Amino acid sequence: MTNEFSESLEKKLEETTKLGLEVVKEATEDRLMKLSVGPQHPGSGHFRFTIKVDGDYIVYCDPDPGYVHRGEEKMCEYRNFIQNIPHLERPVIHDSTNITYSYSLAVEELLGIEVPRRGQFIRAIASELNRQVYTLYWLAIYGIFLGHSTMFMWPAGDRELFIDLLTALTGARVTHAFNIPGGVRNDIPDGFKEKCLEYVNYFEKRLKEYENIFYNNPLFRQRTENVGILTKDDAINLGVTGSVLRASGVAYDVRKVEPYDVYNEIDFKVQYMKTCDSFARAYVPFLDMRESCHIIRQLLDKMPESGEVRMKLQSNPKGTPGESYKRVESGRGALSYYIVSDGSSRPYRVKISVGSFRNILALPHLLVGSRLGDMPCIYWALNYWPVEADR
Amino acid sequence: MYVIARENKKVENKMTDTNTNTESNTNNTNKSSNLKIVESDLKIENSLYSELSSQFPDKVQLVYTKPKRIKIYVKPENIIEVAFFLRSHFGLDHAESVCGTDYPNENVIEVIYHLNSYSREELSQIIFALSTKTDRNSSYLPSLLPVFKSVEYHERETYEMLGVYFKGHPRNERFLLPEDWADIPPLKKDFRIKGR
Repeated sequence: MTNEFSESLEKKLEETTKLGLEVVKEATEDRLMKLSVGPQHPGSGHFRFTIKVDGDYIVYCDPDPGYVHRGEEKMCEYRNFIQNIPHLERPVIHDSTNITYSYSLAVEELLGIEVPRRGQFIRAIASELNRQVYTLYWLAIYGIFLGHSTMFMWPAGDRELFIDLLTALTGARVTHAFNIPGGVRNDIPDGFKEKCLEYVNYFEKRLKEYENIFYNNPLFRQRTENVGILTKDDAINLGVTGSVLRASGVAYDVRKVEPYDVYNEIDFKVQYMKTCDSFARAYVPFLDMRESCHIIRQLLDKMPESGEVRMKLQSNPKGTPGESYKRVESGRGALSYYIVSDGSSRPYRVKISVGSFRNILALPHLLVGSRLGDMPCIYWALNYWPVEADR
Repeated sequence: MYVIARENKKVENKMTDTNTNTESNTNNTNKSSNLKIVESDLKIENSLYSELSSQFPDKVQLVYTKPKRIKIYVKPENIIEVAFFLRSHFGLDHAESVCGTDYPNENVIEVIYHLNSYSREELSQIIFALSTKTDRNSSYLPSLLPVFKSVEYHERETYEMLGVYFKGHPRNERFLLPEDWADIPPLKKDFRIKGR
């Protein structure tokens, strides 16, 4: 009697627990809501990611880039080394000097040529100016998405200064096609040095105002401090780069660890922070801008007064069979090119490894467990440029 | 710091033994890349290889050493073991890129992991290229995701662009291409852009 009773009791228990589990499962599935962010949402650039939210908390995130993928790597295989430059800068037109910089370095190794010293300095100046342009653009977007419209207007306005300088230098506002294998396309115009110094000095004063109105703003601090913690170990494991890495306490800058061209003659500090939160990720680019002003001044000071800026190439140069891997520090971190040449005038394979693509790995890591309202401030602090990641 | 200093000492001792072996390799790279390479510039690169080859005598094969660059070739069945050693002993803690290259003439696809270190200062300037090859028609490779978390999206990209299936990777699926992509992987050499 007791046995039967206990057996039936067990059966009932099993049934109820099964039923209970199903009920719980259904309930949790009902609780979750799937949201699709982007790719045409102004808050995500051109990047789509799906998230699931439980109430206010994000429990799942799946990035799905590729909306603006255009197959840059395949396109490179159909054009010769020089023809590749204009289309390679399309992924990130705000930082176009840096994205062609490492390409030029890699091709120079394959062609076995060296850039004249004055050309190296002009390259470095253009890339620093372009870094300012990019960072200001990013800061403007970050400001407006946190509801701070002054921080949209000011950087967008000051960005014009550097764009003017780059226009005088290269002849184009954003898509410069300035770096070419062998040097830069043209020499600096008359009066550029004085104009550049004047703008940089003015901009440095402006940076203090930025700090007062934006970074010391209690509202901005409340929204970003202790939000989206990426610890040092996680940052290293995920292989993030650029300001995201430096905000997690790793002092790593390609200009410092592997100086290219003239950067070993320049005295500058790698800017990093140890707080690992979104505030640090927003503040490190700001520190970089300040450091970049010092770099530009030193470059202008040390640049040789005269000389060649470009080594003349044959009309259709052929690379030596082999491969080359070169990288530079762009606005979004290390930007590297791996180029294989089979001895013809076209590259056999070009692989572009960009900071943005490496940094999206941190997005699910940071978003899961955070609140929905923190999403924009975590996402934009990753210094992510969707078009560059898609290539 | 102590560990690094000790390793450096070990490396220097080994340098004296292996100089004769590595000379022939650097001579080869001199010819191919037109670069003047001084033997002393390649100290760290050669010592890395000599330490690795003493650990895995038959399993690793040096392709080249250039200033700040080293490339080795490993067979697919040994790659996890070697990658684990690179991570735990050398401190190469992340992959900068994973690149697949199609060679239809040799009927292989080469996959290269460009490794770098954030935690060891003297290795941060060096790109360690770990390469392996797989058959072009049935491309299977073990995934390095258990060793390097940073390869997750890079391997996924290599899968869709070259059709290399990474065993052990949870998501060998579409990433950058359109959802309705119904052609062969585009970075294979048989794929031609229309009109070209």
